[in-house]
Amino acid sequence: MTRLQGFMRFECSAFRVQGRLRPAAMILAGLLLSAVVAASAIEPFPFESELQEQRFRSLAEEIRCTVCQNQSLADSDAPLAQDLRRELFAMLQDGRSDMEIRMFMVDRYGDFVLYRPPLAGHTLLLWGGPIVLLLIALGSTIVIVRRRRKAL
Amino acid sequence: MIAEFGQVSLILALVLAILLGTLPLYGAHRGNETLMRLAPSLVIGHFVFLAAAYVALSAAFLNHDFTISYVALNSNLLLPWYYRLSAVWGGHEGSLLLWMLMLGGWMLAVAAFSRTLPREFVTRVLAVMAIVSIGFLLFTLLTSNPFDRILPGPTDGRDLNPLLQDPGMIFHPPLLYMGYVGFAVAFGFAIAGLLGGKVERDWVRWARPWTLAAWAFLTGGIALGSWWAYYELGWGGWWFWDPVENASFIPWLIGTALLHSQAVTEKRGSFPAWTVLLSIAAFSMSLLGTFLVRSGVLTSVHAFANDPERGLFILMFMAVVTGAALLLYALRAPRIMTGPGFDWMSRETMLLINNVFFTVSAAMVLLGTLYPLIVDFMGWGQISVGPPYFGAMFILLMTPIVILLPLGPFTRWKQDEVMRVIRPLAASAAVAIVLGLIISAALGAWNLRAITGWIGGIWVMAGAIAWVTRQWRSSRSGLALHQWGMTLAHFGVGVFLIGVAMVESMTFERDMRIAPGQTVEAAGYQFTLHEVTQVKGANWRADEARFTVHRNDREIAAMNPQKRLYHRGGQVMTQVALRPGVTRDLYIAMGEELDAESGAWSIRIHVKPFVRWIWGGAALMTLGGLVSASDRRYWRRRRTEAKQARTAEVPA
Amino acid sequence: MIRMLLPLIVFGGLLALLIAGLQTAEERKLVQSPLVGKPVPEVTLPALHDPQTTRSTAELVGQPYILNVWGSWCWACRVEHPFIERLGQEAGVPLVGFNWKDEREDALEWLERFGDAWSFHLVDFEGRAAIDLGVYGAPETYLVDHRGIIQHKHIGPIDATVFEDLMRRIMQMRAEAGS
Repeated sequence: MTRLQGFMRFECSAFRVQGRLRPAAMILAGLLLSAVVAASAIEPFPFESELQEQRFRSLAEEIRCTVCQNQSLADSDAPLAQDLRRELFAMLQDGRSDMEIRMFMVDRYGDFVLYRPPLAGHTLLLWGGPIVLLLIALGSTIVIVRRRRKAL
Repeated sequence: MIAEFGQVSLILALVLAILLGTLPLYGAHRGNETLMRLAPSLVIGHFVFLAAAYVALSAAFLNHDFTISYVALNSNLLLPWYYRLSAVWGGHEGSLLLWMLMLGGWMLAVAAFSRTLPREFVTRVLAVMAIVSIGFLLFTLLTSNPFDRILPGPTDGRDLNPLLQDPGMIFHPPLLYMGYVGFAVAFGFAIAGLLGGKVERDWVRWARPWTLAAWAFLTGGIALGSWWAYYELGWGGWWFWDPVENASFIPWLIGTALLHSQAVTEKRGSFPAWTVLLSIAAFSMSLLGTFLVRSGVLTSVHAFANDPERGLFILMFMAVVTGAALLLYALRAPRIMTGPGFDWMSRETMLLINNVFFTVSAAMVLLGTLYPLIVDFMGWGQISVGPPYFGAMFILLMTPIVILLPLGPFTRWKQDEVMRVIRPLAASAAVAIVLGLIISAALGAWNLRAITGWIGGIWVMAGAIAWVTRQWRSSRSGLALHQWGMTLAHFGVGVFLIGVAMVESMTFERDMRIAPGQTVEAAGYQFTLHEVTQVKGANWRADEARFTVHRNDREIAAMNPQKRLYHRGGQVMTQVALRPGVTRDLYIAMGEELDAESGAWSIRIHVKPFVRWIWGGAALMTLGGLVSASDRRYWRRRRTEAKQARTAEVPA
Repeated sequence: MIRMLLPLIVFGGLLALLIAGLQTAEERKLVQSPLVGKPVPEVTLPALHDPQTTRSTAELVGQPYILNVWGSWCWACRVEHPFIERLGQEAGVPLVGFNWKDEREDALEWLERFGDAWSFHLVDFEGRAAIDLGVYGAPETYLVDHRGIIQHKHIGPIDATVFEDLMRRIMQMRAEAGS
């Protein structure tokens, strides 16, 4: 399994030296690539409006690239991320809503791709935990101060 | 030879750490002076051998000794000497060595600057730290030896990850580790306090400057890391809520809570158990951070070489250290409420509220970071928790802090009146609202985030200034250093806030296709691409784009972003061009050549307003922490106490 | 006393979670496909050898089959190739190649060199159909049953253990299809 990671990791690398990958370069990349991959995903899309561009960016930032270590679609230079960005752009052109686009991604790649976990049974603790903890902490603060007032 | 020398040094350091972790501790337990007196010399020896090992590894890097596999993996013949030196901590093994060297250094400092403290107490502190050192030395020697040989060695090394070949990377890890490791001092003090049954107020006062210094280093280290990611990764982001970043942020949040609870315990004697618990937690979270970064348990952009076996070792070590500490806490921590009482409106309550929000924030970040594990553990599938979650939660939890922060210093201990606290701040509040609205409007930043950011930021800064002015007027001797430090740090929070609000709401960012000769418009600036040429560096060659930037028909900058190809590893890296400024950064990153005929490239241009304020604010916090730590008050009082203690001890 | 022990208890829980997490670290790096257990999306794509004709997953309905994602650029595909050949010979069901983000000459040259063990190939140069299939890397191997349901997806190269597992599942699918 560890070796497998080595093989697959090149997927999110930027080792596309001259547009296309040559097997020799791939092997090198797969073996030698260190953990951090730099090279950003820079692609000019012909947006219709500023609003569309903003929607594109915020969606791309909220969707996680499945191949990579921990990068959003906006940041990843993986070939798959490029494809997904193209798809994302096409869907925006089609006039699909943000929700539909998110669902499109989830249907194919699962909840894993959402950086903003949906509020559901299995994320109740995630979203509610800090709030409950905060309430408990504030409650104990009140109890503590009340008690200490008596010592005044 | 040099590798064997380093190896032997490490083993000797381990031996001394074992001696230090046992004999003087026993001596302190039995009141045996002779054994206790061993401690300082053992500390010196321990440090000397760690330093020797460190120097040995550095020398191996300088001499290109590729028979040492760590050197072969992280350096090569083309690497300039300064990166060869910083490459020592460019990988897992060497960075552990740096970690330990710093631990040794902190121990040395504790031994040197705490001569006036009761001997028993210092001995215990040093012994506890030595036990931590034993764990790390064993970890290094058993699982991650930087001196392992490969024979015969390759003729040339791989390369230091090009991302790490950067000035920011030279300083980021050492500062960060200084912070991480520095919390070991506060931890040592807390454990020594528990072991000795010492009155908390005393040792908490002694621990304060150390905690402040560690916190300051951690702040600086995190800020440097953020700055480095900003210009090096080419995405223009400054914080990603990546597990590795969170791993450093959790100890920071706990450390911040600790600083404030120490103040209450020292000054008023309240919440001693809580301060002990936070001291344990801050260091434990540092250990947890080490685990998260080095075990590969979570998927991160910037992890070290991942190895579950190493992960298990750190986990076991953490179980021993933190587990024992918490057990001791359960048995020994003071359970009674000590110190005088206080009212609803009092400095105590204020600091209590500070602690509530900071610890809950830390818990939130920890929960979010580990939640994918929980979901998997429960068999609920796979999820990701990312910036949208952390951002929303953090803003929610920090808003009360921002609102209340200026009130804190104005509030008296024990009992105060709401009106008395608010009155001197009325002007600050008015200024914040008016000025905040005016500035937001003037900058065209008419959105909720920017407006609240400006108002909140100015409120915090004005509050800090108001407090300094009042103190200045009311006291003849002026402000003490620790008061200056606190004000600086609080002021920095305001600066930071404005930077964040502006960057997050007003950044201009666009990917464009530009051919030589073309000009594009971005947020009021005209970027002209003149040509794309080939340039060469020591160990790379690159395509370099030559841009000039105009504003209002005046040339303000020439910017040359590069796309580098590193010879040795064949890695491609974008080297962004940056034009920093107080109110905005111009930022260009190169993508790909889109069309060979016209020579058009995909280029990303950012205009980031007030982004420097983020690190400027952090720098002020760092400075504030250091200034506070250097206050003579902590050291002077200590001497008089020591004298008293000594006279008290004599008859016994 | 319980109150003082609370931090220790919380820490114990944290430790247990981390130990458990360490065991599953590798596994969690692979993103499980939500399409397993669901009907395979119908994809119609050009064939590799004859670009004029198109092939579709629809033509395979009624029988179990294997869908294997590969590319000439994919090094790990070469590693798993011996097992692909064995699958072609031993599985007794169609073995469909899904040539992903490749170029025709490269793919043909690759098959020439290493051998073509597949029944036929669908070609997805653009990577659009792959998104519908939830492909996120190569190699990946899908097992589709006679009702057109994706029964299993293996991510990464096939090795001896995986091969055994796949064969077992294929036999089961064949048995179900027969009954």
